[in-house]
Amino acid sequence: MSEIEKKICIIDYGSGNIGSVSNVLNKLNLNYCVSNSIEDFKNSSHFILPGVGSFGSAMKKLNQSIDIDKLEYEILNNKKPILGICVGMQLMAEFGYEFGKSKGLGWIKGNVEIIKTSGLILPHIGWNSVKVKKNNSLLNNEEKNKDFYFVNSYYFNIENNDQVIATTEYGMNFPSIISFKNIYGVQFHPEKSQKPGKKLIFDFINSN
Amino acid sequence: MLKRRVIPTLLFKDNVLVKGKNFLSNRPVVSAIESVKTYDLREVDELIFNDILASTKNIEPDYNMISEISKECFVPLVVGGGIKNLKIIENLLRNGADKVSINTWGVKDPDLLKQASKEFGSQCIVGSLDYKKSKNNKVFTICGTQIENYNILEMAEIFEQNGCGELIITSIDNDGNLCGYDVDILQKIKKKIKIPLIASGGCGSYDHMLEVFKDANVDAVAAASIFHFSKMTPREAKKYLFSKGINVRN
Repeated sequence: MSEIEKKICIIDYGSGNIGSVSNVLNKLNLNYCVSNSIEDFKNSSHFILPGVGSFGSAMKKLNQSIDIDKLEYEILNNKKPILGICVGMQLMAEFGYEFGKSKGLGWIKGNVEIIKTSGLILPHIGWNSVKVKKNNSLLNNEEKNKDFYFVNSYYFNIENNDQVIATTEYGMNFPSIISFKNIYGVQFHPEKSQKPGKKLIFDFINSN
Repeated sequence: MLKRRVIPTLLFKDNVLVKGKNFLSNRPVVSAIESVKTYDLREVDELIFNDILASTKNIEPDYNMISEISKECFVPLVVGGGIKNLKIIENLLRNGADKVSINTWGVKDPDLLKQASKEFGSQCIVGSLDYKKSKNNKVFTICGTQIENYNILEMAEIFEQNGCGELIITSIDNDGNLCGYDVDILQKIKKKIKIPLIASGGCGSYDHMLEVFKDANVDAVAAASIFHFSKMTPREAKKYLFSKGINVRN
């Protein structure tokens, strides 16, 4: 796909970090829209699912704001690449356990559970290193131990370890980048992680 | 492992950034946007942006300004000044702030902190406290103009109990004097509270940062004058700190 045809859809469901994600795409001169319309889903080549807040309330907002079947058609049938950010990534799980059990999108097997911190304070907030385990199109080997900005109390306890691309340590090792076919997710906030974050978003768009 | 942070503080007044001494006689620095662009290039870990007019004149923050700044800021942005209700916090977050720092109105009514952390999450509620060592470590509000009944240690605990996610502690006596942080008080506060502690007021050299990281075990250092009025930069500060064994992002 040539540069000109790439159009990114930031999925609009009232998530707090939509503005910051848009700011990065502006800086990168990428063609994007912030939308929840089926028409824009059809016309987009890439998707970003942002997210802050709790699993349950984010999933509820997503259900209220978009036609999930239509989005799934683009992702699961048409195989368009999608990047989930923070809670946006967590929503791809089967279930979340933040403030009670809630059903997720179920695109990737596993559940979202509280970080077992061994006494460290939650939320896990600040710059932490992301250790790359597997070759991937988001972070290359030279950037093996880059720091990214995190704000989370919960993590994606993913069933299939092969889908974990990178991990981060905070009381325990948890997945910080995941990928399964055309679906990608990052637990940190690339939109607030300066140069390495901008590069990650750029690489997601350009190598997929 | 979480990294220790180096955070420039920007004070904003009438469209320009200023920096004073002991919270007085503010000198203009440069335009806010230009300054944020420069800091974004210098790989700071976070930016603290305080609107002085909003707090002293009891007016709402300049939301347009915050929105413009956030377009150039690709690190977490903390905004403070004049935050006295949940509506203001919501507006700031909507205009691009990642966290808000609450000072005066949190001291006057700690319940504001409790409500704010419940509504928006403790991760975005930063408590900010100013005190004077020369006045028995009493807390001061309204940009250092009003003395309060509590000392800094008592108030730090109250802020933590009411749900702040982090604390910024500023020594008014040391502010702008480049004489080093008040390590003694910071050590005492660090022992009392669990939430991340940001040291502020008095930084004049990279060694001052090293000292407060090592001796008070703070989680972050905030600095203003050193970056505005000298050739010292956050990037060089972090290189130095890293070389001395402090776990900073580099």
